[in-house]
Amino acid sequence: MANIQSGRIWLLPDDVDTDVILAVRHLFLPTAEERARHALENLIPNFATDVIAGDVIVAGKNFGCGSSREYAPEALYDCGISCIVAKSFARIFYRNAINIGISLVENADIQDECEDGDLITVDHENRNIETGGRRYEMPKVPKHLEEIFKAGGLVNYHRKRNALSKEGGK
Amino acid sequence: MGHTLVEKLMIKNTGDDSIRPGDIVIVNPDCYMIIDAYSPSVINKLEEMGFDKVLCPEKAVVVFDHLLPVGNPSNDPLFISKSVELREKYKIQTTEKGTGISHTLMHEKRYAKPGTIVTATDSHTTTYGGGGCLSTGIGYSDMAAVLGTDELWLKVPNAIKIVLEGKLKPHVTAKDIVLKVVGDLKADGGQYKSLEFTGPGAQQLSMQARYTICNMALEAGAKCALFEADDKTAEYFDMDLDEIRWIQVDEDAEYESVMTYDLGQLEPQIAKPKGVDDVYDISKAIGTKIDEVFIGSCTNGSIEDMAVAADILKGKTISPYLKLVVIPASNKVFKESIELGYIETFLKAGATVSHPSCGLCAGFPFGLLSDGEVVLSTSNRNFIGRMGTKDSFIYLSSPAVAAASALAGEIVSPDMLELLTH
Repeated sequence: MANIQSGRIWLLPDDVDTDVILAVRHLFLPTAEERARHALENLIPNFATDVIAGDVIVAGKNFGCGSSREYAPEALYDCGISCIVAKSFARIFYRNAINIGISLVENADIQDECEDGDLITVDHENRNIETGGRRYEMPKVPKHLEEIFKAGGLVNYHRKRNALSKEGGK
Repeated sequence: MGHTLVEKLMIKNTGDDSIRPGDIVIVNPDCYMIIDAYSPSVINKLEEMGFDKVLCPEKAVVVFDHLLPVGNPSNDPLFISKSVELREKYKIQTTEKGTGISHTLMHEKRYAKPGTIVTATDSHTTTYGGGGCLSTGIGYSDMAAVLGTDELWLKVPNAIKIVLEGKLKPHVTAKDIVLKVVGDLKADGGQYKSLEFTGPGAQQLSMQARYTICNMALEAGAKCALFEADDKTAEYFDMDLDEIRWIQVDEDAEYESVMTYDLGQLEPQIAKPKGVDDVYDISKAIGTKIDEVFIGSCTNGSIEDMAVAADILKGKTISPYLKLVVIPASNKVFKESIELGYIETFLKAGATVSHPSCGLCAGFPFGLLSDGEVVLSTSNRNFIGRMGTKDSFIYLSSPAVAAASALAGEIVSPDMLELLTH
């Protein structure tokens, strides 16, 4: 994960559920690329075509509520979203997104104070966010989660651990 | 200082009685369940993480419930074959194939026992809390890590105590209780929290009613929902009450907040499209025209739900042009419904009865809605496009309201039925 992420804001409302992020009928498409083409289509029809790597979703409360489908954060990630700022996140979405290496930032104010399309910079090193000429502090993350996050997600975290233990066992 | 139910269950699992809300603990779940829809991804993640075996395959259950029988022959067989691979290659011997909806099976077949911790790759895993089990949903990366390590990290949540007093009026059910709670808490009011039900009203509720409530607690964002263990729990699990009596709320436990409901005052509830927390007394929805009614799902597909619907539909015929789809939640429920004459009642009333599965609640055939159509459903979600096109509309209710409304062709209260002529 890059220490500084910078891109345009896609402004989303409260309670964006995982059915809206990726509907059931697209879950069983054979490839991640095909699934990603349908990300957020019922809310923002041009999202999947217009989003570019580095863009940041800024949303309200309870982002990612509903189903446990990891395909939802995966579709956003495959579209180029590697950071989401929201007032709050639904529990399973939070785990799933961290696990695949998306950085999640809880912030109570940015959604109300920014505009769709504004530029935003998220600085993980110095733990702050800048947009619209304003600077916001980033909250601390529990140590266990930070380790997973620093490893680039749960898959990488376990891959490294398993590789080390296999080497150690030789 | 006493403990909340969720703390007690975490202490039992970890042996650490110093835990406090906000702490991150590593638990060894007692059981884990994978639904067919995520088998390919779980296997991919096991491979990517470098796990070549499942550490405790005897703890795992694989359920074929979303994609069986196959609805889309170009995509769905992959999910079946990968579910089989979990058995053949990864030695997960316990499989449920076409026997019903996973969440119903998890308690019906006694996989999710009182006093244990269970995790599964589906959000409605909260259901098993009805039997005093700490159960919570995860994604497939987390599941792969659980399979590889037998460990899951969980944050010790804050808890909300929900005290139920009094007795429900006729035609008012567990679904109305949980719709009311979700409407009051809102979709994020239980976020990361444990919702713990207690009080004389909670003790009166049947096991199936408790499972209905815990199933839908997730719609308030809850990490888990829990009922205390009592004689009903012991009987359902064929256990000695003394073994599980400890699953009780401590009077001096610290709860973030307390909500109290007089069940005797509760009216039937309706969630309007498009929000599970947009909940009203039924009087605010009466007269809404509906095209379809769905009775089933992991929320309301139990034998008691079938009984409630059959009692209202018996000897009557549903409204002309309305479609009524009934899906018993498991083969056991299906068989009992046949024996008790409920299925005959449904068929005579004009219903379509489908095989035990998630059905249209998860967007699978049959009965999906097109633009402008309205369904009244006993399931747990009314998100945009969940049961059809994005311009269809989903209202949520109890089986009693759903059955009565199927007769009327519009949303009615079951109490109004005598006034209607059919």
